[in-house]
Amino acid sequence: MTVADTTAPVRPFSIAPWTLIWIAAIAVVAILYMVPSIAPWAAKYPDGAIIPISKWISAIMAWLKSNFMWLTRGITDIFNVPLQWAIDLLAKGWKSGYGPNAVVLPRLSWIGVCAAFAIAGYKFGGWRLSALAAACMLYIALFGQWTSAMLTLALIAISVPLCVIVGLMLGVVAFRKPWIDRSIVQPMLDLMQTMPTFAYLIPMLLLFGNSPVSGMLATAVFAMPPMVRATVLALKRVPHEIDDFGEMVGCTQRQKLWWVLVPSGRATLMVGVNQVIMLALNMVIISSMIGAGGLGYDVLLALRALKIGQGMEAGLAIVALAIVLDRLSQAASRQRPVMHVHDQNFLQRNPMLILALVILAATTVLSVYVPAFAAVPATIKVSTAPYWKAAVDWINIHFFDAIEAFRTFLLLYILNPIRDFLVDFPWLGMVLLVGLAGYRLSGVRLAVLVVLMTAFCAVTGLWEKSMATLYLCGVSAIICAIFGIALGIVASRSDRFAAFLTPVLDTLQTLPSFCFIIPVVMLFRVGDVTAMIATVLFAIVPAIRYTNHGIRQIPESLIEAATVSGCTPRQMFWRVQLPLALPEIMLGINQTVLLALSMIIICAMIGTRDLGQEVFIALAKADAGRGLTAGFAIAFIGIVSDRLIRASTDRLQSRMGLS
Amino acid sequence: MNTQAPLRDDTIPATDDRPVKLLCKDVWKVFGEGAKEFLSKNNGAPTFEDLSKAKLVGAVRRASLEVRRGENFIVMGLSGSGKSTLVRCLSRLVEPTWGTIELDGIDLLKASPEELIEIRRHRMGMVFQHFALLPHLTVLENIAFPLSVQGIERKTREARARKVIELVGLSGREQFYPRELSGGQQQRVGIARSLAVEPEIWFLDEPFSALDPLIRREMQSELLRLQSVLKKTIVFITHDFDEAIRLADRVAIMKDGEIIQIGTPEELVLHPATDYVAEFTRDVQRSKVMSAASLMRPVSPSPDYGGTVGAKDKVSSFSARIVGVRKNFLVTAEDGRPLGEVTPDDVIDILADRDLSKEAHV
Repeated sequence: MTVADTTAPVRPFSIAPWTLIWIAAIAVVAILYMVPSIAPWAAKYPDGAIIPISKWISAIMAWLKSNFMWLTRGITDIFNVPLQWAIDLLAKGWKSGYGPNAVVLPRLSWIGVCAAFAIAGYKFGGWRLSALAAACMLYIALFGQWTSAMLTLALIAISVPLCVIVGLMLGVVAFRKPWIDRSIVQPMLDLMQTMPTFAYLIPMLLLFGNSPVSGMLATAVFAMPPMVRATVLALKRVPHEIDDFGEMVGCTQRQKLWWVLVPSGRATLMVGVNQVIMLALNMVIISSMIGAGGLGYDVLLALRALKIGQGMEAGLAIVALAIVLDRLSQAASRQRPVMHVHDQNFLQRNPMLILALVILAATTVLSVYVPAFAAVPATIKVSTAPYWKAAVDWINIHFFDAIEAFRTFLLLYILNPIRDFLVDFPWLGMVLLVGLAGYRLSGVRLAVLVVLMTAFCAVTGLWEKSMATLYLCGVSAIICAIFGIALGIVASRSDRFAAFLTPVLDTLQTLPSFCFIIPVVMLFRVGDVTAMIATVLFAIVPAIRYTNHGIRQIPESLIEAATVSGCTPRQMFWRVQLPLALPEIMLGINQTVLLALSMIIICAMIGTRDLGQEVFIALAKADAGRGLTAGFAIAFIGIVSDRLIRASTDRLQSRMGLS
Repeated sequence: MNTQAPLRDDTIPATDDRPVKLLCKDVWKVFGEGAKEFLSKNNGAPTFEDLSKAKLVGAVRRASLEVRRGENFIVMGLSGSGKSTLVRCLSRLVEPTWGTIELDGIDLLKASPEELIEIRRHRMGMVFQHFALLPHLTVLENIAFPLSVQGIERKTREARARKVIELVGLSGREQFYPRELSGGQQQRVGIARSLAVEPEIWFLDEPFSALDPLIRREMQSELLRLQSVLKKTIVFITHDFDEAIRLADRVAIMKDGEIIQIGTPEELVLHPATDYVAEFTRDVQRSKVMSAASLMRPVSPSPDYGGTVGAKDKVSSFSARIVGVRKNFLVTAEDGRPLGEVTPDDVIDILADRDLSKEAHV
């Protein structure tokens, strides 16, 4: 009784203090937005107070460049050796000596390479994979993309082992020393994964020169994080008993790691390798724009000249290469050793490898005498470029009005208003709201982190561009969420639809980000609408996947319990399935947001006006400070959204007791 | 109460004068901050209340035991009783917070990492519940693995591995990979692997718990057969009391991190130290654990015996005979000296589970 008496008067004020705080904060921000004149410095960051971080970075880069040039160029020279070797082997052929005395060795014959891929497909996945691999490689050959594709492949062939080795080492260190993992490795990986690739191309260019090596190192930076994470995960997942076993037989630390733990974690490690390969392909395409050459360069040239057919063909060649590499590496990672009759020698155990090597050698030797083996004969080359162009022309002629109306509608009534709203949003208000959310969701540490990161965007004078980025990214992510969750729900309810969707999603996820732009540009020309549509296509996959998985993973017993309680299908969905799947769905949305952010930046190539453009301009001017500052701003936007979404997911999960 | 010291086994059969192989004295494993300081402040003997007041968790509490050379020593306890932690303390996979562990009189806890590696390489073997086989190695390579860690060259180690493969009955499976074998076969590989280094002390951590009941029995027989040949010193962990009494020379029963009783299966059944132990022994077929000696009466004046049994023979081994003959049997010591006699009625009582001596406990 007494308890009720004493608490009763306080109740009206303590119902939900957070609701009041939110209302107050939003009111303050709203006033600031409507009447910026009451505190102009809080609405728009004063130009005079901009901290010249970009100048400082440029100065540091200049100092590094003048003092460590010998080191960085030495590194370039060292890496250049295997890289040139791979490029010669696959794409260009060896040449040693000059003039008439030059000794020229041919590159690997295209017929041999196609055969080798087909054999690898057969070895790892049987006839179907073999046929797929052969078809993709033949496509590349017949459509005249062979040399570019081999150049790209050479870059991948050297970058991937580099990433895998360094990633494995870093992962091992992180696994052994948890404090290094927490304080250095994890934040570094977060930054590496959210930092737009263009941003660190610039310092790479400055330090390592305008050579393929810069592109390779940038690729390494971009593609390494999954390997590090996979390594840590693989080592942590090794059953405790296997670890104990290593101790009990008296392994030294090193023996235990390399003989026991790493081989036991092989399956997870191979998932990491597959991801490294796909990211490396993605990045090699992008870095080919800074002169590494290859398929990406062809696409870029075609896009610039609006040669839609050629662009499409080169783009499809990237797709073909991506599919081959993905399927082959996935199948290889699923390989498990099988019992073999003892005492076979190496030759007997690896007949396929020997066969592939023999065919490669034979066709390459033949190519010296038979030109058809050296280069794809022009007579069998095919080009579909005219048809693509004709098709696009036809669509444009017949549907121009409809497409244009759709585009203008999107721009005028959806995109532009949101953009204007965000760009005018008072910076201090945003900092306040973000900080409040961080504090509410997790605590002081998160609040400080997100406040500092958000403020960074303002104090560097990049506020408007940051908001432009946020707007495009946000709109795309919301559209992804709406369609993605809907599709995911449908997929979770229909096995047939899920079976149809899976290969589509697999393919979407395999494609380098670049490829999404091409078809959209053809229809919608350059601009925000194109960027948004390409981004949605690129980023929607996790939203669908996680929704589907989240709903499907709900334990059967819960569904049965709900059915027995008399839930209608509608109640079942809204009261049981959706709430239980929500944490998983949120994880999907989180990934979608990060993917959208990375795509938005690439869309700078087709003329958006945001941070990506800033990086792009910096790249053209080789202005490291400007590029990196904008890069950090982008990374921080990504990290802020990631942390906030993750914190809210954690809260949800712990409330449901799922964590 | 943990103030009650574990029941010391002054009841060990007088014949067991084998030297102590592994000694474990007052061993504690306490989780929580400042555990070590806490124990030294309490002279290694805090009470349960002390522990919980200091917000510490005692996974193993003041465990003392002696394992004799060639003995099958079983540690039995339900999950969470600390038996796995205890055996990991014995092999120093887990660092004990307090106490002494001696292998042949050498203090294991003072061994340097290098010495420990040497000890483990040559003197210890361990079998794991979930086999812990390396998935990327064949049966032969798995079994030879402990030898390759020691840097023994391929020919020698494979020859030695093949010998153990034969011993555990896996001949012909040398080139299989673990996943191509059944659970029972996988554990045979685990056993062979742990024997490849010819260890002196053999730890088996619930080796048969992951197997089906039928396979489990088969593997238990296999273990007894191996042990009759090899005569290792065995420390065997199990949560299955039937398994314990089937395999054990002596059993240590653990509860909440404490050893509450150590004794032969017969002692546990006849004289359970606590109700907890009695609870386990209640359903045991006593004819399988009781020996003739525990059932015998003084020799009667009219010697008309239907047969002779050894003092250590289990009742079940002669029950059919004595019930068939319906005459008293003479119980003799190993040297043939008459010690007493058993009557068919007493045996029938045991078989029918009619309780005479244990009423006080039930």
